[in-house]
Amino acid sequence: MDRNLLVATGIEVTYGKRAGLFGTGQPVAPVLHGVDIRIARGQTIGIVGESGSGKTTLGRALLRLVDVSAGNITFDGKDITHIPENEMRPQRRRMQMIFQDPMASLNPRHTIRRILTGPLLLHGIAGDTAEALARVKAVLDRVSLPAACLDRYPHELSGGQRQRIGIARAVLMEPDFVLADEIVSGLDVSTQAQALKLLKELSRELGLAMAFISHDLSVIRAICDHVYVLRLGRIVEQGPCEQVFAAPSAAYTRALLDAIPLPEYDPGWLERKTEA
Amino acid sequence: MTDMLLNVTGLSAVSDREGGLPVLRDVSLSLKKGEVRGLVGESGAGKSTIAKAILSILPRTVRVTGGWINFKNRDLLAMKPQELRSIMGSEIALIPQDPQTALNPGRRIGAQLADGLRLKRGMSAKAAEARALQLLADVQIRDPDRVMASFPHQLSGGMRQRVLIAAAFAVDPELVVADEPTTALDVTVQKEILRLIRRMQEAHGTGVLFVTHDLGIVAQICDSVTLLYAGKVIEEGPVRSVLENPQHAYTRALIAAGPRYDRPDAGLEPVPEEILHALRQEIGIR
Repeated sequence: MDRNLLVATGIEVTYGKRAGLFGTGQPVAPVLHGVDIRIARGQTIGIVGESGSGKTTLGRALLRLVDVSAGNITFDGKDITHIPENEMRPQRRRMQMIFQDPMASLNPRHTIRRILTGPLLLHGIAGDTAEALARVKAVLDRVSLPAACLDRYPHELSGGQRQRIGIARAVLMEPDFVLADEIVSGLDVSTQAQALKLLKELSRELGLAMAFISHDLSVIRAICDHVYVLRLGRIVEQGPCEQVFAAPSAAYTRALLDAIPLPEYDPGWLERKTEA
Repeated sequence: MTDMLLNVTGLSAVSDREGGLPVLRDVSLSLKKGEVRGLVGESGAGKSTIAKAILSILPRTVRVTGGWINFKNRDLLAMKPQELRSIMGSEIALIPQDPQTALNPGRRIGAQLADGLRLKRGMSAKAAEARALQLLADVQIRDPDRVMASFPHQLSGGMRQRVLIAAAFAVDPELVVADEPTTALDVTVQKEILRLIRRMQEAHGTGVLFVTHDLGIVAQICDSVTLLYAGKVIEEGPVRSVLENPQHAYTRALIAAGPRYDRPDAGLEPVPEEILHALRQEIGIR
């Protein structure tokens, strides 16, 4: 079996490129310029970058939620770069996503029961409602949410609880790969630690591969094995976390690290400047 | 004590929207002239409520039930609206969280800065414009002429926040309340903005109350810190001693809960339930 689960080579994404009225398309600058990503089975990679780096676009391209204008993507040995939607659909169950804002990604008019059991029945993972419910209860327990949540609506839960519903919804589909895009950025420190710990444990238990997108290198350090540093649509550095964090080779990575304020006394920090 | 700027004593408040739930519980804190104090805590800890109480912009649903807010030995809570108006935006200024919504989208930056100077400092239009240009240069905006003529949407988030820092310091206030002013910014821009706030504060000798949820920011920009939980002051003191020698178990757990790029094992342990339980008992929350 191939160790690599998801391999993206030379990914280029261009937004807004359309044929004009007389076939004169406006040339638009690409958001991603030939990005290579390789995710092994069970591996957690981090994709870090500032706003406008293209990290969200990259994540969406990996799941084929946006079309690439160049490059190719293989998932579990199958080239999925341009396959039609009906062929893509069975793959979608195996590639799940956890969203940044759980409030916006959970239907406000559905109960948690319906939100979690619906996809199980739709994809035929559970044969009937009773089986779906049994699976949902087991996963709720795993993410430390009481079964009483089932009859609640998303707005009745706290931000941390909603984020755990998002995690539960993703793992219920028994995916091989999960994309998590800035999922802890709005959470309090302690709630964030809870979510990170849960994800790290789940990825181990279920052998999940994960791509964890964040603007925060400290969060990446806590959860990832490997990190890609993205700047203006290009990978400026990538490598195992131990290596990149101990001895970053790109000036940009160093600048990002030096800009993170640590909770310790360091009188020179504020005036210290690192040029990217 | 002549160098005392702000003294909050025994401030208590309840939320009428939540059935009289206490949102501030006997909060005391002080700020000297030229001091930067961090007001830190998780969401719902009451840090923004304190900031709003000082600025006299508490929502109607929050009712102060006790205490004083002495600013230069005068109780802000006992002042008439007219007196407050002469102090707010003049002796006390705000650097808001979201530079996008704090600026009028339909007016040029120069006009917005000049408005404040004419209103609060009684300057002529011409003098105000000249001063506004100088202020933009002070906050290290390279081409102040262009920014003066720009609308907010034409500027980056970091640039807009510089404009708001310029606006806050324009009136040469004695107290600046900074309400999470860098949450919307990238880390590299955040560092520049923190550096700028500290430099402006030092140059003007301003006292700053810096509201944040980030202990890292507190460590790097504040002289002292007040840590809150559920509207109660849990720990208070000089930044270095609080971070290096925290007295309360909650403070220690909160510091440990944050991820750190220099420690692979950090950021994975939430504040333990036992500590939260003991803390709630200590505060008197059932």
